[in-house]
Amino acid sequence: MDIRGKVIEIIADQAIVETSDVNDESTLEGLGIDSLGLVESIFAIEETFEIQVPFNANQPDDSSFDLSSVATIIQGIETLIREQS
Amino acid sequence: MKRVVITGSGTINSIGQNILQTIDSLKEGRCGITDLKFKDVERLSVKIGGQIHDFEPDKHFNRQQLSLYDRYTQLTLLAGKEAIHQSGLTFSGEIAESTGVVLGTAGGGVSTWDDNYRAVYEDRKNRVHPFVVPKLMNNAAASHLSMKYNLKGPTFTVSSACASSNHAMAQAFQIVRSAQSSVMVTGGSESMLCFGGVKAWEGLRVMSNDACRPFSLNRSGMVQGEGAAIFVFEELEHAKRRGADIICEIKGFAMSADAADIVNPSKRGAGRAISDALRDARVNVEDVGYINAHGTGTAANDKTECAAVADVFGHHANKIMISSTKSMHGHIIGGTGAVEIVPCILALREGVIAPTIGYQEHDPECALDIVPNKARDAKVNVAISNAFAFGGLNAVLVLQKI
Repeated sequence: MDIRGKVIEIIADQAIVETSDVNDESTLEGLGIDSLGLVESIFAIEETFEIQVPFNANQPDDSSFDLSSVATIIQGIETLIREQS
Repeated sequence: MKRVVITGSGTINSIGQNILQTIDSLKEGRCGITDLKFKDVERLSVKIGGQIHDFEPDKHFNRQQLSLYDRYTQLTLLAGKEAIHQSGLTFSGEIAESTGVVLGTAGGGVSTWDDNYRAVYEDRKNRVHPFVVPKLMNNAAASHLSMKYNLKGPTFTVSSACASSNHAMAQAFQIVRSAQSSVMVTGGSESMLCFGGVKAWEGLRVMSNDACRPFSLNRSGMVQGEGAAIFVFEELEHAKRRGADIICEIKGFAMSADAADIVNPSKRGAGRAISDALRDARVNVEDVGYINAHGTGTAANDKTECAAVADVFGHHANKIMISSTKSMHGHIIGGTGAVEIVPCILALREGVIAPTIGYQEHDPECALDIVPNKARDAKVNVAISNAFAFGGLNAVLVLQKI
């Protein structure tokens, strides 16, 4: 499965919705993912793609990893895979 | 001072997954101690325990709940559900604001520590799940009960090794007796039957490899168990007004510290807790018909406990029935005092004394009526439950028929 498919699967799993309900424009907030769900999603992303995601829950906006939508998360993962491989 | 009664009870342990099953096993003298089943058990020298085998967490909890609930929390929530349902109480408004949860546990989320240490040390992983801390903390079970049932009053966890539950229930009792709250949810839970949990106990060289035989001359040590029991403590008039089914009354308690040794028990410390509890409950020694013993099946405990009972009760000690149900469900460590309220309820409510099973040889230093091997019918008005923990911390509860 490609990165996009895996990310959508992780996000849908956290939000307890069908993968078909998640698209590039979906936001974690919009899907009802709370702060615990957010750190769990990041953990799942790290485990799945074997990368380190720079994220501190105290400074969510300072993160170079853009969590604002599914599309930006996918872009962030692609960048991290390139940088960290 | 208010009178305090029990209006709800729930449990899960190796001899029953609810109160009725547990009561049935206590009457039958059924043993819940079996071969342990978990990862790396073959590396242990102690391979038996009172483990709950036929419990499937995913039938009770969804994936998200399981990511936050250590096994000790799962057991707490199941016992809590039974207890609160039985009490018939629902919590909103004023009653929700004053009702809290006081639980006992010695280790909290031991298998969560174990699993994640294994992941980082043995499997060399550099990342653990984000919920490790909220899952393993000793107050997690109390907090989840409070969240699930909207209990917003005084809520905390007491940790005093094998006396944790008795100390916890004593606190809940105090809160209701002093009219701070009309209702409290209390009890305890423990689940340390995992490689690291049993390995640690193995080190002490007090564990049995075959069976838990309290008070029997050929005893070979203690056997660990796992489980939880939760109770609803309620002010008597509050319970009467709503027509609740009153299970029994909590009459009093006492706590003491030996201030002597970190593991060895003391006859005087144990005796003081028993006699102070009777005084607090305003019952005479002659009123006591049944003692649920701490009865760990170690030489140190059994001899000391029998000597303490003989000291406190004098001649009446020969008329008291004293049994250790740890012979059936194992030593549930921080949850054991809570589970052992169940045989006290059985004695008071149904007039059945749960036996000390596995009894084989008379020990002259434990020359009391330990109700060997078979349950017995007897009328009992007052029962006490002993807990004498490592660290020399003792807590005794007094219960009375109502």
